[in-house]
Amino acid sequence: MRIALLLLVFVAASCRKDIEVFTNEDTSLDSSALNGFAGFYLLNEGNMGSNKSTLDFFNYATGEFKRNIYAAINPTVPKEMGDVGNDIAIYGNRLYAVINASNKVEVMDARTARRIGQIEIPNCRYIKFDKGFAYITSYAGPIEINPNYAQKGYVAKVDTATLAVVNKCIVGYQPDGLEITNGKIYVANSGGYMGAGSTEKYERTVSVIDLATFKEDKRIDVAYNLHHIKADQRGDLWVTSRGDYKQLPSRLYFIDKTQQKVTDTLPIAVSNYFLDGDSLYVYSTEWSYVTYSNVITYGIVNTRTHAVVTRAFITDGTDKEIEIPYGIMVNPVTKEIYVTDAGNYVSPGILYCFTKEGKKKWSVRTGDIPAHFALLPK
Amino acid sequence: MSNALKTLLITFLAFIGTDLHAQHTRVDTLRGVTIYTSGYKEVIPSQKLSGENLKSLNSFSVADAIRYFAGVQVKDYGGIGGLKTVDMRSMGTNHMGVFYDGIQLGNAQNGQIDLGKFSMDNIESISVYNGQKSEIFQPARDYGSSGTIYLRSRKPVFDSSKTTNFKGVFKTGSFDLINPSLLLEQKLTENVHYSFSSEYVKSSGRYPFRYKRVFHGSKDIAWDTTAMRQNGDINGLRLESGLYGNIDRGFWNAKAYFYNSERGIPGAIVNNVWKRAQRQWDRNFFLQGSFQKNVVKGYDLQVNAKYANDYMRYLNPDTTLLYIDNNFQQQEWYASVANKYSLSDKIDINLSTDFQYNTLNSNLDGFVFPKRFTSLVALAGAADFGKVKMQASVLGTFVDERAAVKAPSKNEVTPAFFISYKPFSKTDLNIRAFYKNIFRMPTFNDLYYTDIGNINLEPEYTHQYNLGFAYHKSFSGSVLSEWQLQSDFYFNQVTNKIVAVPKGSGMYRWMMMNIGDVEIRGMEIVSDQTFSLPAGVLLNLRASYTYQKAQDYTKRKNPELQKITYGGQIPYIPWHSGSLISSIQYRSWRLNYSYVYVGERYHNSANIPENYEQPWYTSDLSASKNFQLKRYRFRVSGELNNVFNQDYEVVMNYPMPKRNYKIILSVEL
Repeated sequence: MRIALLLLVFVAASCRKDIEVFTNEDTSLDSSALNGFAGFYLLNEGNMGSNKSTLDFFNYATGEFKRNIYAAINPTVPKEMGDVGNDIAIYGNRLYAVINASNKVEVMDARTARRIGQIEIPNCRYIKFDKGFAYITSYAGPIEINPNYAQKGYVAKVDTATLAVVNKCIVGYQPDGLEITNGKIYVANSGGYMGAGSTEKYERTVSVIDLATFKEDKRIDVAYNLHHIKADQRGDLWVTSRGDYKQLPSRLYFIDKTQQKVTDTLPIAVSNYFLDGDSLYVYSTEWSYVTYSNVITYGIVNTRTHAVVTRAFITDGTDKEIEIPYGIMVNPVTKEIYVTDAGNYVSPGILYCFTKEGKKKWSVRTGDIPAHFALLPK
Repeated sequence: MSNALKTLLITFLAFIGTDLHAQHTRVDTLRGVTIYTSGYKEVIPSQKLSGENLKSLNSFSVADAIRYFAGVQVKDYGGIGGLKTVDMRSMGTNHMGVFYDGIQLGNAQNGQIDLGKFSMDNIESISVYNGQKSEIFQPARDYGSSGTIYLRSRKPVFDSSKTTNFKGVFKTGSFDLINPSLLLEQKLTENVHYSFSSEYVKSSGRYPFRYKRVFHGSKDIAWDTTAMRQNGDINGLRLESGLYGNIDRGFWNAKAYFYNSERGIPGAIVNNVWKRAQRQWDRNFFLQGSFQKNVVKGYDLQVNAKYANDYMRYLNPDTTLLYIDNNFQQQEWYASVANKYSLSDKIDINLSTDFQYNTLNSNLDGFVFPKRFTSLVALAGAADFGKVKMQASVLGTFVDERAAVKAPSKNEVTPAFFISYKPFSKTDLNIRAFYKNIFRMPTFNDLYYTDIGNINLEPEYTHQYNLGFAYHKSFSGSVLSEWQLQSDFYFNQVTNKIVAVPKGSGMYRWMMMNIGDVEIRGMEIVSDQTFSLPAGVLLNLRASYTYQKAQDYTKRKNPELQKITYGGQIPYIPWHSGSLISSIQYRSWRLNYSYVYVGERYHNSANIPENYEQPWYTSDLSASKNFQLKRYRFRVSGELNNVFNQDYEVVMNYPMPKRNYKIILSVEL
């Protein structure tokens, strides 16, 4: 009968096959270039709950972009790399990927991206290194109920030889970016979980931890809801605040290393930045309740003079097309600028390469929410 | 085979043994699985499942049963306590209206009705309509959805001599399920009947699930992990009570409904996280009444009213994440008057006016406490010229809100038109078509949720165009005794679709915007046949098939990104899906086999390998036996679900149960 036939068609047409591990897709984008780097990794965050944090690699020697390499290189890891990649860095010959919602730092070989192990840190955020130790910020410190539920964050000290957490230092609420300079760890406390309802509950300090004692020395008052922190060539610090998403806009702050306090505020919004020499490449995405759209700005700040050198480093009009700029990196040798577009957060993004003049050189599809870069030295 | 299965088998055999001493009950006539109501003046009949056939579907909740309807997709997060929402013809779950005993179940907060919460225990029939029920004598709200599901609970019916009906059911099985229910019906007077139904459900929600990957090429196993689904437990109580009265040329009823539950939210399975801690508490209460009377010749009146009070608490006690303890209280007041005038034998008109008031309170930071006043007016006309039946309606919706910062008022007028044509007088073939334009209001969450809500949202519109036919034939004396076939082709547009878009930078910040556009081209076919085999064996077979091409035509700012998603199949909508229900009845025995197929899908409009979702298909088996001991009527049934033990996911990272079973014992007096 026709029904039986129809059923047969069903079953025959699309039966389940065993699911294969993802294979990477390679795209040739550029000619071979010699610039002191083998290539760079791009960590895609993936939307929360999707378990779609993926790793892409651009190879300078071949000009080839390899998309989604983690599962192909590590096919026996259950559920692949994990949920929401938040930071990536290379230290020694290892690659460290901080996977926030998988509560771990994935440790891989820097050359091959082959898995070595993992460091278990709940709600981990950002990573930095010093003298054989990794320092990782985490939101998930001890709980206080006095009378309201609150939880401070901490910085975990991890022995890179054993991948064991050897010490913890409690800092402020929801610590994000950190920087190590002059024997100190500087941690940007956000208070992101605390301040959602009322601005005053956001953190507004940078914690200063002494590297030798691994104890919090003091706090430097900066602004509400801090995010990134980076030291320039002189050891002075550049801190970004997200603002409160309402009245207070995002801003860029300068902490003088000797005075240990904020001595300058640049009136520009900064969502993310990359420091190359004395040039701080910044971009910002801020929601406008007037136009009901994202207002996107770009710029370069000179960290020596504190001057905003330009408000446009993309010069060919491509900036008008980018929906949500999310990741940024500059090749220190060629000065090529890499910017990612995270689009709608739930589907693939785009990686752009711009020449140092700001003209689009190439672009390629990435994973979901392309975000964090790590340059691999030769 | 597990011990549990052995227990099932032994229990089952034991009951068969007792049957030797039991009297044989009369074999009920087996009706077609899908019953097309013919008494109503519906231009386009519904798809309907009811009675024995509905009972035999191994369905625990309404959501399980809904899977057998053509054109309907269920999003199932797995397990007894898992969220289950329904989407009709790919227009989105917010476009579905779900009606319980004639009055819509509201959720002004997020517009979603979790059909997993509605147990099949007391449900007598489920009807699904595309567009709307094409019978004009109904409240204005019934005109207000893109598709509607009508759930009917059991209504007391008494044999001539009886004044009391009693039914007790006990279900147990996989997931440590304990599910007793009790039904009591009393004939208070000749014209007033009372019913009370209660049900308790407790389950650990634990089930093993398995993930496996193989190497490309060699197909050798790369990894293979089996784990136990955790935090899917549920503990729930349902109480329902109703009065049903008959009056001169009319009837009335009143009912109270109470549901209280605590459940775990099992959450997504991701790398390094195999267990979650989030909890949810629900308390739903409603009181509703209906009155209908033929007042004078040619004029009928229908009055409906409802009060609903819903409470929900969500707790995230996970110490590694943002601590959340939020609660939400919703209230709804609703009243409707429908007036039907018969202008002649052939033409009826109906005027319905509804008023509805919704409030939402919450302990959420920055909450604005919205209140919504909705007035609805529907004017409809129906004409029956024998060969041609048609119906047209216009719905006016007027929404006004109050909140700390409120959304602008909305006034919408939307039409619908239905027509059917019977070309041959001797052949039961009907050709039908409809057009409907309707919208869904942005929900309170869409408009007002702290940080995400956008008060400038406009309604999300749908346009539906449908052309189809239904054919029915009875063959007396032949093995194939009845055959019904119906098929529809449709084109739907969803415009102004409300989508969350990234907002600014920072952590997971979104804003609701009217930016989406979707076009759906689909085809459905349902074939239903009854075979009368020798020796009194009845075989019933119902097959349905749905094809849907549901494309995302949302414009993007970035042309390179648009290339990736534009024209892609929208998330979780399979191109091909279908179901099969078959049952064999021999005397007091009944054997059922049902099958659901959902073809390949993508979990995102970017139809790339990373987003691919496997097809899944499950076979369910059940057997039941009725017998009578003195005045007690017993029924024993055993169910085996996912017989072939398929490891599948309906929603990415939410694994579904492997093979599982249930035993059901019921006694009626």
